[in-house]
Amino acid sequence: MAELSVDLVSRDRKVWSGAATQVTAPSADGQIGIRANHTPLLAVLRPGAIKVDTAAGPAVEAQVTGGFLSVDNNLVTLVVDEISLV
Amino acid sequence: MAGGAQRIYKARIKSTQSLKKIFRARELIAASRIGKARAAAAAAAPYAQAITRAVSAVASHTDVDHPLTQEEGGNRAAVLVVSSDAGMAGSYPMAIVREAEKLVGQLTAEGKEVVLYVAGRRAIAYYTFRGREIAKSWSYGSEKPTPEAAQDIAETLLEVFLAEEADGGVSEMHVVSTLFVNMVTQRARVVRMLPLEVVEGVSEADEHEALPLYDFEPSPEAVLDELLPRYVQQRIYAMLLDAAASELAARQRAMHTATENAEDLIRTYTRLANQARQADITQEISEIVSGADALAS
Repeated sequence: MAELSVDLVSRDRKVWSGAATQVTAPSADGQIGIRANHTPLLAVLRPGAIKVDTAAGPAVEAQVTGGFLSVDNNLVTLVVDEISLV
Repeated sequence: MAGGAQRIYKARIKSTQSLKKIFRARELIAASRIGKARAAAAAAAPYAQAITRAVSAVASHTDVDHPLTQEEGGNRAAVLVVSSDAGMAGSYPMAIVREAEKLVGQLTAEGKEVVLYVAGRRAIAYYTFRGREIAKSWSYGSEKPTPEAAQDIAETLLEVFLAEEADGGVSEMHVVSTLFVNMVTQRARVVRMLPLEVVEGVSEADEHEALPLYDFEPSPEAVLDELLPRYVQQRIYAMLLDAAASELAARQRAMHTATENAEDLIRTYTRLANQARQADITQEISEIVSGADALAS
């Protein structure tokens, strides 16, 4: 199965980037889950927890204060205002 | 009065030497901070890229009109001047102020009322001294700008831009800041920030021709609402970072020149002090000789 390539960036740095199987994030009307071959999407993020299930190794979890998420061609970009990794 | 001139020269040499030490230290400090400033600018690049791509995506998929992209055609314009907090950076603060004054003159000639926003203590001092009204000022530590400082500036300016003209709002916004070209060249420049022109840079954002159809959640309008203020904020942050690198490069250059000047001065004063010492010795010898001559005859 195809994998997602995820970029997690905050205002002043790139926080994390790599391959993942699933990304969960708080979108406007609830949690949104992204897996491979998702349709292109631009979503606004609420404050809440994001979770990236990496292809190898432990999942990346973090609290964010807001931002947005874009999905295009299995490339997921999470753009967040402020982030604290859990 | 033997030794009078010598003493004066010695004192001057000493004070110039201690100045030289200060200049040299500032040069080295600036040089070491430039690396950090440029690294910060590089670290912010992925965010800038992501946000520009997203804005382009929305702009090319929908024709949603947003207040931030609309020409209002009003008579008030905001000007943000990004300068430095500390001096000792050669012509850097003045170049910015000169560019800003030119822009203000231009806008006034077009019949627009200019509202000044100033960042950096040097520019604040310049305008306060001349009794010019400053709508809001920030001194955020111009050598090391934070995203929070950029957010504060962006929020203030967006609020003013979105307000009605009668309530003190403006219809356009310009930023005067310094572009870091390379270590030797930094150029003061004016950028019109608002209303936004998103069209620029859209084409290079994506290499594949047919862009996929995006889903927007919750709606294109809401996404744009979230996206555009962040876009403005990111651009202001990028400008602050660029200005910081420019300031440090300008300071390094100015302090390098100052160190060299101090060395020149020390050399000149040393020569003069040697001359004075020689003159004193010659005079003493001729006094002794003429004294001996007087006794012998």
